[in-house]
Amino acid sequence: MIRLDSIERVFQVGNETVHALNNVSLKISQGEYITIMGPSGSGKSTLLNIIGLLDRPDKGFYILDDVNTTDLNDEQQALVRRHKIGFVFQFFHLVPRLTATENIELPLILTGVEPDERKDRVKIALEDFGLADRSKHRPNQLSGGQRQRVAIARATIMEPRVILADEPTGNLDRTSGKEVIEILEKLNKKGIILILVTHDPDIGNRAVRKISMVDGKILDDTLALEFSK
Amino acid sequence: MLINDFVKFALKSLITQRLRSFLTALGIAVGIASVVLLTSLGEGMHRFVLSEFTQFGTNLIGITPGKSTTTGMSGAVISNVRPLSMNDAKALKRIPRVIAVVPVVQGNAQVEAGKRIRRTTVFGVGANAPEVWQIKVASGQFLPDDDPAAARSFAVLGSKLREEMFGRGNPLGQRIRIGGERFRVAGSMESKGQMLGFDLDDAVYIPAAKALSMFNRESLMEIDLLYAEGGDADEVAKYAADLLIARHGKQDFTITTQEQMLEVLDSVLEILTLAVGALGSISLLVGGVGILTIMTIAVNERTAEIGLLRAMGAGRIQILALFIGEAVVLASIGGLAGLMAGAGGAWILGLFVPALPTHTSWFYVVTSEVLAAIIGLLAGVMPARRAAGLNPVEALRAE
Ligand SMILES: Nc1ncnc2c1ncn2[C@@H]1O[C@H](COP(=O)(O)OP(=O)(O)O)[C@@H](O)[C@H]1O
Ligand SMILES: [Mg+2]
Repeated sequence: MIRLDSIERVFQVGNETVHALNNVSLKISQGEYITIMGPSGSGKSTLLNIIGLLDRPDKGFYILDDVNTTDLNDEQQALVRRHKIGFVFQFFHLVPRLTATENIELPLILTGVEPDERKDRVKIALEDFGLADRSKHRPNQLSGGQRQRVAIARATIMEPRVILADEPTGNLDRTSGKEVIEILEKLNKKGIILILVTHDPDIGNRAVRKISMVDGKILDDTLALEFSK
Repeated sequence: MLINDFVKFALKSLITQRLRSFLTALGIAVGIASVVLLTSLGEGMHRFVLSEFTQFGTNLIGITPGKSTTTGMSGAVISNVRPLSMNDAKALKRIPRVIAVVPVVQGNAQVEAGKRIRRTTVFGVGANAPEVWQIKVASGQFLPDDDPAAARSFAVLGSKLREEMFGRGNPLGQRIRIGGERFRVAGSMESKGQMLGFDLDDAVYIPAAKALSMFNRESLMEIDLLYAEGGDADEVAKYAADLLIARHGKQDFTITTQEQMLEVLDSVLEILTLAVGALGSISLLVGGVGILTIMTIAVNERTAEIGLLRAMGAGRIQILALFIGEAVVLASIGGLAGLMAGAGGAWILGLFVPALPTHTSWFYVVTSEVLAAIIGLLAGVMPARRAAGLNPVEALRAE
């Protein structure tokens, strides 16, 4: 469960203060599927970074699974990230010198999981994401869709509670973009919270709960609408 | 993170940048190689000098006339100094634990045998000289244990002198002249070689009493005592000092134990080796700067990767460890290569230039490898801190 309460995030650019997030409150239940849409600069990525504990709000608090994350120090937040959060990025962020297998393995290595267990888990992931025949390939030997699948496999290898996908199809053609979305939705069906930032209305409309942001504020939340009806 | 994975991760990124890693490691390798090579030379010199000194045995005590001050060298202030006499030597023999006593007079004289003439070193010694100095008789006998007052005119030839004077012929029983006086050859010695510039083979040994009169001296130049294995040098020295003070009425002589001499020598040579080692480590410093540079570049290039690692749950400490680890691995590999090059170089040098003593000491080998790792650590700290301090959101945007 995720609860954001009156979150503010302010950036100082020269003499100007930018309210990247302006009094944002949000409640997300386990297993929800949410898409976030909005113009560029409306604060979507900042919101994801705060939910993913990569960034700290300047005001407000954020509770994740009954823990007030605002009280945690950097190392404690890193541990929460490691076990509960999976990031999927627009530009994949694969380590170029590592193979598909090694990229997927990375979170397990950082955590100190034994090699035998790692091998088994990565093998299953490779098969689940249709990458079994690409296991030894390096990122530059993979198509965009395959790269994003490796990235998703990596984001889910630790069995997180939340997947944060920031324009995951922004760099893909329609077909592989659709493929990636379907994979993410399948993961969501297993009970993982999926928060998806996108510019593509077709993708945005797939979710029951759609959030639209403008100028660091939540303009519209279809869940809230339903409640208010 | 498991230590195995840690090293593998570091190696993988180093291998990806093959050429760059190679050149950086080379910097460290050159430094370590020079430390190892220089300390090998220093240590070889150390051992060489010590063995030169100990080839006369280590249970030796030397007594010279004249009271030395702190320098340890006999100033031989002639006035007021009673000579060291043959009787002093004889008396010293009675000290407990003393096995043998050799009175020594040294000089230069012309030796004639038949038509051959040669200037050579003359050692006036006692019958015990071979035992005390650990030199061996090759043929015949050494000087007989005559009463100094009635020493017979026997001479014993050093190996080189024998060769020069008699060639392949047998010198035993031959009559020769030394400094104009007649001697009969009693024996000849095995080769002992050089000892700090003294050629003991190009020498002739005659009774000390004869040498005193030949060189017109009153005092022996030295008395050497040999004490039993396991004896306490200081205790024997004290006995000798007490005895001579009783005989001379005051301390007008200097006693040097071989042990003291070796200790001083040893520490001086140790410092020498350390000094050349320190010289070599200057180039290590240059290697360290190379690592600093390359790691700084690596952190800049891999900013996005650092952001990713943070997003995957790596804390600042883990990032710090990863980059320091990479620097340490790089330096250690360079260090190992340098060790092999240095030790191999010392070995080859010893092979082709046998006169140059080399000895690769484990102490310096281990020390320099540890030093390499420490340099890697120090050089890695700054870039690694930068990596750990990066804001993950901004780092992720770096691509
Ligand atoms: N590190 C930063 N420094 C200054 N301004 C920032 C920073 N990150 C984001 N911003 C600003 O905050 C606002 C929201 O940015 P962002 O969350 O990236 O928007 P979106 O993802 O919706 O395009 C923008 O005006 C952006 O310029
Ligand atoms: Mg964005």
